[in-house]
Amino acid sequence: MKTIKLNASVTASNDRDADALRARLNRDGKLLVNVMSSAGSGKTTLLSAIIRDLPQIRFGVMEADIESDVDAQRIDALGAKAIQVHTSGMCHMDAGMTTAAYDALEADDAELLFLENVGNLICPAEYDTGAQVNLMILSVPEGDDKPLKYPLMFQKSDVLVISKTDALPYFSFDLSKCSQRVLHLNPKIRIFPVSAKTGDGMQALEAWLIEQLNRIRTNQNHPLNGWFAPAL
Amino acid sequence: MHELGIVFHIIKTIEDVAAEQNLTRVSKVVLEVGEVSAVIPEYLQDCWQWACRRSPLMNGSVLQNEIIPAVTYCESCGKTYETVKHAKVCPHCGSEQTYLLEGNGVQIREIEAE
Ligand SMILES: Nc1nc2c(ncn2[C@@H]2O[C@H](COP(=O)(O)OP(=O)(O)OP(=O)(O)O)[C@@H](O)[C@H]2O)c(=O)[nH]1
Ligand SMILES: [Mg+2]
Ligand SMILES: [Zn+2]
Ligand SMILES: [Zn+2]
Repeated sequence: MKTIKLNASVTASNDRDADALRARLNRDGKLLVNVMSSAGSGKTTLLSAIIRDLPQIRFGVMEADIESDVDAQRIDALGAKAIQVHTSGMCHMDAGMTTAAYDALEADDAELLFLENVGNLICPAEYDTGAQVNLMILSVPEGDDKPLKYPLMFQKSDVLVISKTDALPYFSFDLSKCSQRVLHLNPKIRIFPVSAKTGDGMQALEAWLIEQLNRIRTNQNHPLNGWFAPAL
Repeated sequence: MHELGIVFHIIKTIEDVAAEQNLTRVSKVVLEVGEVSAVIPEYLQDCWQWACRRSPLMNGSVLQNEIIPAVTYCESCGKTYETVKHAKVCPHCGSEQTYLLEGNGVQIREIEAE
């Protein structure tokens, strides 16, 4: 019997799986966006709006849910490729589960992929799924103090979508105070206030997504592709 | 449940080490659990027994949790303080320009194996 010092992060094996998936997505020329938020903040509604607004793009959606199938059915009804991933009780997606979902999606012709992560602001932030873009949604009814309560999620995200802005008149949500708090935690984050209901702000978000997709496509044939992830 | 996922990742990480170093049995795992890591040590213990029974390498191994206190640093006065007691506001000078130094992570410190 001997003692072996490891000092290894518990997510070390996950980080390796995540890097492998990211390299594979880059080689395949696909953009995977990991969508995180609390339950009910408008993930499925936002994805549906993006799919409806951009008929020229082929989408694939992985809906992670602890139990039900309803979200995948909503996406399916729009004619986009969708699969439901049951996490069997687990409250977040990890890179291994995301890789299995990507395999199951058989997204040969899809180019822009979304992973709707399980609805909570805590642990999805701790697990790299292998997506090239981490997008989080904060909806107006949740309040502008969430960056103070769940800093890690805001630090790990590349994009913050502030959703349900049509509800701003009914809530004391201070958009500029919220943005300040978020930028203090993560100066590089992009912030898009949108309403999926009225379509307000959707164009800016969609243009940004297309820009990222084009970047992946341009890099696809780069000789070093698969070895490094293009910086966003 | 969050803790179950962590237990699976710990076992996977140790299985990788075991394959590299030709280990066949792990009898103990020492884990450093940050005080504000969003992991509940009792829940970890509960899933530990269950998950280890499914791995020949890990079967019967003991999990020892060492709690790492959370410490926050104040940029205004340069002092540190206990995060759990005072949260975001520095007790020395009242500043809110503070950030967490340690105590939010989970790490495998060491294992006993043969
Ligand atoms: N007013 C308003 N309501 C919205 C908007 N987007 C979504 N909602 C409503 O918010 C509720 C939840 O929306 P979903 O899209 O199902 O939210 P979700 O994050 O996918 O929910 P879960 O998958 O259950 O976590 C629904 O009643 C939507 O109609 C919006 O832009 N404005
Ligand atoms: Mg949904
Ligand atoms: Zn979790
Ligand atoms: Zn101070």
